[in-house]
Amino acid sequence: MSKAMFFLPYSPWFTLVRRGAVGVQSIRHAHGSGDTACSQKMPPYTNYHAERNYPMPDEPFCSEPSPQQRALKEKEKGPWQQLTDAEKVALYRMQFHQTFAEMNRPSNEWKTVLGGVFFFFGFTGILICWQRLYVFPEKPITLSEDWKSKQLQRVLDMKGNPILGLASQWDYSRNDWKK
Amino acid sequence: IMSAPILAKPQLRGLLAKRLRFHIITAFILSLGCATMYKFGVAEPGKKAYQNVYRRYDAVKDFEEMNQAGVFQYRKP
Repeated sequence: MSKAMFFLPYSPWFTLVRRGAVGVQSIRHAHGSGDTACSQKMPPYTNYHAERNYPMPDEPFCSEPSPQQRALKEKEKGPWQQLTDAEKVALYRMQFHQTFAEMNRPSNEWKTVLGGVFFFFGFTGILICWQRLYVFPEKPITLSEDWKSKQLQRVLDMKGNPILGLASQWDYSRNDWKK
Repeated sequence: IMSAPILAKPQLRGLLAKRLRFHIITAFILSLGCATMYKFGVAEPGKKAYQNVYRRYDAVKDFEEMNQAGVFQYRKP
C-alpha cells in the first residue's frame, strides 16, 4: 500500500488515500473522532491530516467553531500579548488535533508486526515439513552417502583449489583433514 | 503551561551542513576501515598462502601424484 503512494502526485485525493489506507496512522488514531472539545466533520469528510512527515494540514481541526471559539478567533486578530496562556492553548487545539509530542508518540504496533511475522514463519515451517514428508520423491543416487564420499575423494585426487580452497585443508600424508 | 519552563532554542540553521559533516567523516572512516581490514584480513593471508605453496612446488611430482590417483583419462598410470 505505501509503495503505491509514491506514484501519486500531490492532490486532495493523495491525502485521502494516505489517510484511510496506511496502517500506522489508522491504528494510532484510536483517540480521534470521539473528541468533544470541538465539533467537526467526521473523519472521511475532513481534510485534516497531520503526521510527522506531513505536519501542516490543509484545514484547521475544528471545522465548525462554536460561538466561544469564534469570539476567540476574533480576539486572535488583535495583538497576541493580550491572549492568556489558556487562550493560546485553546487556539492551538482548535487549529491542530494534537501536539507534536502526542502525534509522534510511540506505539506498541511493532509487537503485533513481529508476532505476525513469526507466526507466518512457523506456518511456513509446518508446510515445508509436510512437503518433505509427503511430496518430495526419492533422492537421486548422486546424493547418497557412498556416492558423495567417492566424489569428494575424486576432487581431492585432482587437488581442487590446493592453495586456498578444499584441497588446501586436506593433509595428503595422513589422509585426513588438516587439524 | 506555555511560560513556566522555557525550552532551549533548537538549532534552526546549518542543519544540512551539520548532517553532511557527520556523514562525510563517518563514511570516510568506515570505508578506510573496511579497506584496511580486508587488506590485512583477506588479501595478505591469501598472498602468504600462495607464497608458501609455490616456494617448494614441484609440478612433475604433483602430476605423478594425480596420475597415481587415476584421475586422468588418457594417461593411465
